[in-house]
Amino acid sequence: MSLSVKLSKGLDIKIIGKAERLLAGEVDSALYGVRPVDFPGLIPKLNVKPGDRVSAGSPIFHDKIRPEIIFASPVSGTVVSVIRGDRRKLMEIVIEKNGNDYIDFGIADPSVLSREKIRESLLVSGLWPVVRQRPYHIVANPQDVPKAIFISGFDTSPLAPDYNFIMDNSSESLFRRGITALKKLTDGKINLVLNGKGDSSAVLKNASDVEISQFSGPHPAGNVGIQIHHLDPLNKGEIVWFVNLQDVLAIGRLFEEGRYNHERIVALTGSEIMHPQYYRIKSGVSVSSMTNGNVKPGNLRYISGNVLTGTSVGQEGHVGFYDSQVTVIPEGDYFEFFGWMKPGLDKFSFSRTFASKLIPSKGFRLDTNLHGGERAFVMTGQYEKVVPMDIYPMQLLKAILSEDIEMMENLGIYEIAEEDFALCEYICPSKIEIQSIVRKGLEMMIKEMN
Amino acid sequence: MNSLRKKIDKIKPNFQEGGKFEKLRSVFEGLESFLFVSDRVTFKGSHVRDSIDLKRTMTVVIVALLPALLFGAYNVGLQHFRSIGADAGIFHMFWFGFLKILPLIIVSYSVGLGIEFIAAQIRGHEINEGFLVTGLLIPLIMPVEIPLWMLALATAFAVIIGKEVFGGTGMNVFNPALVARAFLFFSYPAWMTGDKVWIEGLAKGQHVVDGFSGATPLALCAAGETTKIPSFMDMFIGTIPGSIGETSTLAILIGAAILIITGIGSWKIIVSVFAGGLGMGLLFNAFSVNTYMELPAYYHFVMGGFAFGAVFMATDPVSGSQTEKGKWIYGFMIGVMSILIRVINPAYPEGVMLAILLMNVFAPLIDYFIIQSSIKKRLKRAKIATNINS
Repeated sequence: MSLSVKLSKGLDIKIIGKAERLLAGEVDSALYGVRPVDFPGLIPKLNVKPGDRVSAGSPIFHDKIRPEIIFASPVSGTVVSVIRGDRRKLMEIVIEKNGNDYIDFGIADPSVLSREKIRESLLVSGLWPVVRQRPYHIVANPQDVPKAIFISGFDTSPLAPDYNFIMDNSSESLFRRGITALKKLTDGKINLVLNGKGDSSAVLKNASDVEISQFSGPHPAGNVGIQIHHLDPLNKGEIVWFVNLQDVLAIGRLFEEGRYNHERIVALTGSEIMHPQYYRIKSGVSVSSMTNGNVKPGNLRYISGNVLTGTSVGQEGHVGFYDSQVTVIPEGDYFEFFGWMKPGLDKFSFSRTFASKLIPSKGFRLDTNLHGGERAFVMTGQYEKVVPMDIYPMQLLKAILSEDIEMMENLGIYEIAEEDFALCEYICPSKIEIQSIVRKGLEMMIKEMN
Repeated sequence: MNSLRKKIDKIKPNFQEGGKFEKLRSVFEGLESFLFVSDRVTFKGSHVRDSIDLKRTMTVVIVALLPALLFGAYNVGLQHFRSIGADAGIFHMFWFGFLKILPLIIVSYSVGLGIEFIAAQIRGHEINEGFLVTGLLIPLIMPVEIPLWMLALATAFAVIIGKEVFGGTGMNVFNPALVARAFLFFSYPAWMTGDKVWIEGLAKGQHVVDGFSGATPLALCAAGETTKIPSFMDMFIGTIPGSIGETSTLAILIGAAILIITGIGSWKIIVSVFAGGLGMGLLFNAFSVNTYMELPAYYHFVMGGFAFGAVFMATDPVSGSQTEKGKWIYGFMIGVMSILIRVINPAYPEGVMLAILLMNVFAPLIDYFIIQSSIKKRLKRAKIATNINS
């Protein structure tokens, strides 16, 4: 009997530009990029230098603390540049694609492999980073055995891809194989959480070896952190792993094809896209491979991921390791005369202070304007409305700001990640950078625990 | 608007770091952001942000205060003409009162905003919008006869001692507007209580009709003359002596509706203050050892500053309780304490101000206990989990 959880807190941001259920085909690009900044909590060390020849699956960098965690090149080609940011922080490794050679890791049937063998295969192939853990929302430690593994079968974030559509276009046997491999990694359950609203893809509904439950409600009901909180809450010292739905397919593919093939379907979305639809890509592909000739004119922001948690990568940037979505929205670099005083028929707000609340609307063309200046915490009782967890968001944020480790622990820091608090940041009238505060708190906890 | 924008862009460099008027940067930014919502875009975190900001939030509160302000102006005129036994049209009365109130508002805003600008410049912050509301609340809770220098002194005290020493907007323990009133209440009691200060011209004793008393209903009740108070309807509409903005419960309820519909004011606090007041009033009714205690409990809602305090003062998110459960307790206790002080303590005819200031002190304690219960729940869950595992 599957469990059904209905959440009422949260917010579906009304933004236009949802992708049509249409798979435009496979796209490729001359340059591919891997961004070590996609993996918080790690210290990346390079394995390659510009000019080096790599195959698909060749290690290009690894974690300094756990060197067995390696990150692989998505394609074969030549390393053309290593981009560094402030204080020589490793930002991106760019690879020029040529040829189709790959490293052969050997075909195997995960159902007969031991836990160690599966862990080993994932690690050497560079696919291990798809397995992440809570607390902290970082790449999992291979030495751990998690109490459960969570897979969210739907995404509620703004303009999120429809996972049912993606699964209908994916191989059921790969998914089954991926689940079999993951099942070996835990003594507990594999929780597959489906959308309680509407019908799910047959691939998901008929999945075996998993505990299916259903969640419904506004965003962030699809966030794995919220699902863990309600199904199997994390206590101090406990570990839960989670894997993106499409990465389960990638794990299956590793055993079926014997190679690192981080392929997936992404949704190209946003108000500035002329034909928002789905594409089949390999992670790290150029955003421009999908957006060239497909965007409206103007000063635009190219986001790998969704508008709440994604990364601004620019027109020439690359699709991030964990992202199943690319969003293009207009920049908001304009002044607005008495903007805060207008009735605001065209302004979307979670609050009920704009006239737009009075008329039903399909969506708004939202831009990147901050709509105000940063202020101190003033309003109360707002964040609670968009965090469907038994947690006091403002008190937790204040505990992080005052670096009170014990208080952070008491208030539930282990159960949250940036994405769970992203809506707080969106609705905050004081324009406080809440996701940065959360990450700062998580990093403090990682340091404290080691 | 483009020409205005161009002019601002032209003079802007003068106010930035290294410019001629660098010292006025906060003032310039404050005025610029008043005219134009900034062109700043998101840099990290969420790429899109809600249209609401603190300016919008504070504007809603000011709009909610307008009915009380407008009625206050009318009532100042009405009380004045009543006291001299003269007759005047509604507009005439309103205009008379408006001209009396305007200097108070100007003084409150210029003193308060002046200090805010200096504080923001020292801290290198942008101007906080909090004072936009405080600056209007202060005149509304004053008697109309308050001398302007006293108002200026009280406003300065409220902003500096009540807010800035704690770290500015968002950090204050007490409601700044009530700090201003409390300051005057204890420093210059003759100007804050009695029968003379509520009506323009009464203190000077000119042309007062025989037998006219400027006593507020609360003062009458405190003196045991509960039979002499105006009718419930008059007190509800607000044609009675009192602080400028507090007399009309009707106007305040319109403001409450605006705050609740927009979600800016906590309905939990407003409702629980009234509930607490009603509970305490009924308790007194049950004992009724004197005439004040016999006064029907709901009369308390329309007398003095009870409604104004419940809607505009107790709902201050910074000085009030910050947890949702805590808000119920916080509001309820304000209601209870207000009526308790009113009826029992002969030295203070009005109890709302003291009740809210007192609960401002206790709000963090209330939150502490609410948070502790959540923490205990989490620890208990952790213990159960370890027991199962071991």
